[in-house]
Amino acid sequence: MAEKVLMKGNEAIAEAAILAGCRHYFGYPITPQTEIAAYMAKRMPKIGGTFLQAESEIAAINMVYGVSATGKRVMTSSSSPGISLKGEGLSYLAGADLPALVVNVQRGGPGLGGIQPSQSDYFQATKGGAHGDFHMLVLAPASVQEMAELTVKGFALADKYRMTAMILADGTMGQMMEPVSLDFAVGEAVEKPWATNGTKLSRPHNIINSLILKPERLEELNFERYERYAKIKETEVMYEEYMMEDAEICVVAFGIAARVSKNAINEARAKGIKVGLIRPITLWPFPEKAIAAAAEKVKKFISVELSMGQMIEDVRLAVNGKAPVTLCNRTGGMIPAPEQVLAAITEAAK
Amino acid sequence: MVVFDKPHALTDAPLHYCPGCTHGIVHRLVAEVIDELGIEGRTIGIAPVGCSVMSYDYFNCDMIEAAHGRAPAVATGVKRSDPENIVFTYQGDGDLASIGMAETVHSAARNENITIIFINNAIYGMTGGQMAPTSLPGQVTQTSPYGRDTAHCGFPIKVCELLSSLDGPEYLERVAVNNVKNVKNAKKAIKKAFENQVNGKGFSLVEVLSTCPTNWGMTPKRALEWIDEKMIPYYPLGVYKDRSAEK
Amino acid sequence: MKTTQYLFAGFGGQGILFSGKFLAYKGLMDGKNVSWLPSYGPEMRGGTASCSVIISDTPVGSPIVSRPDVLIAMNLPSLDKYEDSVMPGGTIYVDSTLVERKVKRDDVKVVYVPSTKLASDNKTPTLANMILMGKLLAEEGKFEDEAGVVNALKKVISAKHADMLEVNMNAMRLGQAYAE
Repeated sequence: MAEKVLMKGNEAIAEAAILAGCRHYFGYPITPQTEIAAYMAKRMPKIGGTFLQAESEIAAINMVYGVSATGKRVMTSSSSPGISLKGEGLSYLAGADLPALVVNVQRGGPGLGGIQPSQSDYFQATKGGAHGDFHMLVLAPASVQEMAELTVKGFALADKYRMTAMILADGTMGQMMEPVSLDFAVGEAVEKPWATNGTKLSRPHNIINSLILKPERLEELNFERYERYAKIKETEVMYEEYMMEDAEICVVAFGIAARVSKNAINEARAKGIKVGLIRPITLWPFPEKAIAAAAEKVKKFISVELSMGQMIEDVRLAVNGKAPVTLCNRTGGMIPAPEQVLAAITEAAK
Repeated sequence: MVVFDKPHALTDAPLHYCPGCTHGIVHRLVAEVIDELGIEGRTIGIAPVGCSVMSYDYFNCDMIEAAHGRAPAVATGVKRSDPENIVFTYQGDGDLASIGMAETVHSAARNENITIIFINNAIYGMTGGQMAPTSLPGQVTQTSPYGRDTAHCGFPIKVCELLSSLDGPEYLERVAVNNVKNVKNAKKAIKKAFENQVNGKGFSLVEVLSTCPTNWGMTPKRALEWIDEKMIPYYPLGVYKDRSAEK
Repeated sequence: MKTTQYLFAGFGGQGILFSGKFLAYKGLMDGKNVSWLPSYGPEMRGGTASCSVIISDTPVGSPIVSRPDVLIAMNLPSLDKYEDSVMPGGTIYVDSTLVERKVKRDDVKVVYVPSTKLASDNKTPTLANMILMGKLLAEEGKFEDEAGVVNALKKVISAKHADMLEVNMNAMRLGQAYAE
């Protein structure tokens, strides 16, 4: 096993993308994710890749669209306001069934908001993110190691299902340093016979397109896409369970919120409170079955979020009325302290 | 012996354009150039949003449909993916000079080695005849029903002149396709714009003054005359930048 | 099983983030679980900078240090802001050149080092942070393994600036040897 190095989460994403074979990166500066662009600007020219600072987030996502159409792995990254600008491109990528990796290192909103960590783009990420019927694969790392691993996984899933995989991180995950091992398998490249990389006069022309004027056909294609989504829901759900064996209270949290929650859970356990954690790693597909199974034995759920309560809606859907679900949150760039989560757990245990 | 044939780079799909529209001529010119340069197998075209949105069905090379205005950004991705690719965008005035102005200017400033065919017909055709960034002062459209009032909505954008102020672009020329002589010149310009890319010279844009009889409310013949009478005086034909010739 | 939470705070430009990174690497090389989290944003430009470092025998939960076991305060605003947050029984390291007042708490250990003055006298005015770090390592018994300290330093000083290695080590030795 390779020696572990200390890396910032943002840098781990960039290096993992290169390991995964990504040689094209397009982006626009925005805090707190700019280290990804800076890292790519340094590395790409040395490995025959392309780093290009685009004139806007919109241009960047469309450059991604262009490279993806030619069949190569490509990525962009941004933070919340920039992701809104990319929304158009995300919808077109979905409509044209193009794979891409998009990183959102979230900051507080709405509007220009702030630059401190947030999870308030959960709705945007998991419910589509722009116009039309579509989903993205949404991966939520909770450590720098996962920032790297889920980036590699994201590229593989994106290629496999011809769709966008989004890394939904936050300012903390992007800025923090932790030991990382980059010694992991990256999987094999996927054939892309659909790519528009020149006919070489040896095949009919390929067309990458999201314009379908016949409603019957557009409906058909949307149904097909959702069949793919159904398969993803069956096979690609990832989550972590922590101390759930005998848990009577279940905390649901992802990313930085899950790490804060673990501290609180450890303290609550020391006081004899039977509490555990379900940490969704894929936010879409959401681990609804795991939460539904937990709802059969758990008495109360607490959704811990850096937002006004967005994931809690999916938790409630999965719990399906079998237990109360409460919210423990901070927003606007604030992070709940372990004490706040502990208080919520203690309250639930009464 | 065949003396006149459809270019190989065009498919057999019947064009959907209105009678008298000059899109068909420009499509043919582009396809002829692709044939003559022998580049079809490595050419990737980017279709815009606008009347030529479905040009992906008409060109035989690989085609990508872009979001409105984003064709130069998509082309940048395709070109950067493999510089051996020959990449062209085919865009109208709303696409290129309004919603996609940032992409246009910046791809020109980067001297992105791509070819842009820019159809300027001074109107939004596909959506039914609204004012374009290139609609002439006083021009009546659906959204300037009393004529384009420059005090209210400003002046038309002269794309070649605008881009010629940049150090980036290699080649900018404005042509028209309203008579045989102009069509021949247009063909020459389009060929040069592709040759520049093949030779690695960089950003080449050909602005083609084109007709829209339907939305101009004219007969096809009258529309061709209108180009001479109204458009060319406002948008003079000619080469606006040719860096290789300057050297 | 031990977890130590450090909070480094001072002006931007005092090497706050660098100190934290060095200590995190030292922890990593000692086989511990570590995390490093900086403050970020416009405040970094000459304002107050801070970073959280956690060194633990168990996996690190939250990387945010709100109740530090150890506070390294390199200016007065930092001491004012964070003094009360230090865990009872914890330690506060103070750059006593820049912080004129004494620590008010009586339930913490306080180590005063005039590190900015020492750095200036030593003609390495930018290394007050490493002088304070040398004292911290000495207090924690981490300087006994000097080779380990050098190895961690090598991780944060690029090979390009290898000449800075000895300069930094000397600064840390100054701090190590300093006695009030």
